[in-house]
Amino acid sequence: MILNKETIYQLASQGKRLDGRGLLDYRDPIKVDLNISWTAEGSAKVRIGNTVVMAGVKMAIEKPYNDTPDEGGISVNAELLPLSSPNYEPGPPGIKAVELARVTDRGIRESKAIDVKKLCITPGEKAWFVTIDLITINDSGNLFDAFALAALAALKSAQFPKVDPTTGAIDYHTKTGERLPLLKEPLVVTVYKINGSFIVDPNQEEEGAYDARLSVASDERGIISALQKGGNEPLSIEEISQMVDIALDKAKFLRKILTSELKMRD
Amino acid sequence: MAYTKRVDGRKFDELRPIEAKAGVIPNADGSAYFKQGNTIAYAAVYGPREMFPKFKQNPKKGILRCFYSMMPFSGSGERIRPGGNRRSQEISMVMMNALDSVVDLSAFPNAVVDVFVDLPQTDAGTRCAAICAAGIALADAGIPMKDIISSVAVGQVDGTVVADLNYNEEAYPAIVSDIPVAMTHNGKLITLLQMDGEISKADLMKALEMAKIATEKIYEIQKQALKEKFTKE
Repeated sequence: MILNKETIYQLASQGKRLDGRGLLDYRDPIKVDLNISWTAEGSAKVRIGNTVVMAGVKMAIEKPYNDTPDEGGISVNAELLPLSSPNYEPGPPGIKAVELARVTDRGIRESKAIDVKKLCITPGEKAWFVTIDLITINDSGNLFDAFALAALAALKSAQFPKVDPTTGAIDYHTKTGERLPLLKEPLVVTVYKINGSFIVDPNQEEEGAYDARLSVASDERGIISALQKGGNEPLSIEEISQMVDIALDKAKFLRKILTSELKMRD
Repeated sequence: MAYTKRVDGRKFDELRPIEAKAGVIPNADGSAYFKQGNTIAYAAVYGPREMFPKFKQNPKKGILRCFYSMMPFSGSGERIRPGGNRRSQEISMVMMNALDSVVDLSAFPNAVVDVFVDLPQTDAGTRCAAICAAGIALADAGIPMKDIISSVAVGQVDGTVVADLNYNEEAYPAIVSDIPVAMTHNGKLITLLQMDGEISKADLMKALEMAKIATEKIYEIQKQALKEKFTKE
């Protein structure tokens, strides 16, 4: 492991990677499957190389928050399952899971991807609240990008469950065919700096050998809705500029793949 | 609609009034009080001290730990339930990363330097104020540092790039982006960068240039706070 860390570092400065990929190449294949869980209102499984994650959407009717009586809401949770990596132990989400969930959340929330006003049923009384749960099945690195892609795919597949008009009870077994009001389609691309070179889509070994990273959430227009710098090495403004450019460019690539993956399944 | 006049009348690149003091908590190895507009932060540094549990010790160098917390009565709305939450966990982590890049704990193997920041009153920019306070407290504690970190939130309110957003600007009913930044004094390198809202890349770069100038102003204030304490002694 230590040997590889130094090797990764040396290779990076020469523009090379251990698995022979280009610095800005994602792994192959990238697969998106929708509706992988019939019990979820919406769900997706995303695979990037050996990293496999799932996202499930559950919807519930609750009282709106006091300061937004005419809006529903969204919340994002992430679980790094012990079955997905030797590094995870059972227990509540640790800081890694918390950061992943919050960055994914901000990418969706800040881009106003979901029209929360359309989630309102009766102002001040009832509104739809959408929860996205992000789960790892095999963590081989780059969870930021994989989770955001899975979350978006799950949201696109989600359908409102049937509500009994008399009792107000939700019949989770019956879907209405009505989709979530999606206004934007945000994705996250995380650019890593390793020994002076920028890479995307690190595998788990490369994730153990980086100086700094920048996650960029953007929508179809290239408008940025979230930024998160990680790692404890600093970045210059010029480096931030280059990393943002790479992220916006790669987001276009991921969007194309998402579109073609979804088309194949129709 | 353009944001032509700030809600509190400041110029677009004008910071809120800042008050900074070093050495305000006698029990701590280092401490600071940092007030920016209506956001107040107290920081205390304890360490280097022995790290427990022992299995977390690093035999090569000391570890920096940060704890950010808002007091229950410090929020602009309802009471905040004490005990930490996911937001304060995340802020503690990004704070630690921001400071860790300049702190040098190689002389303190197996030790920990704990930084506690608690805020009794908040009006946006809390993680930035926390980092500024922590920077002063770490210097006050004599922790070896390569540089001091200064932090401010820049952003965009309804199309206008501004520095040091207050709560009313963060919550402004238009497209807003809130960008907390932390920079070193030498080289103006970024050690904390987050953004929420919506912004184009071009405007993001404008905001970062504004942050460069703003963090320099804050650095002078941090330096002054330390000077004042040490000339008194």
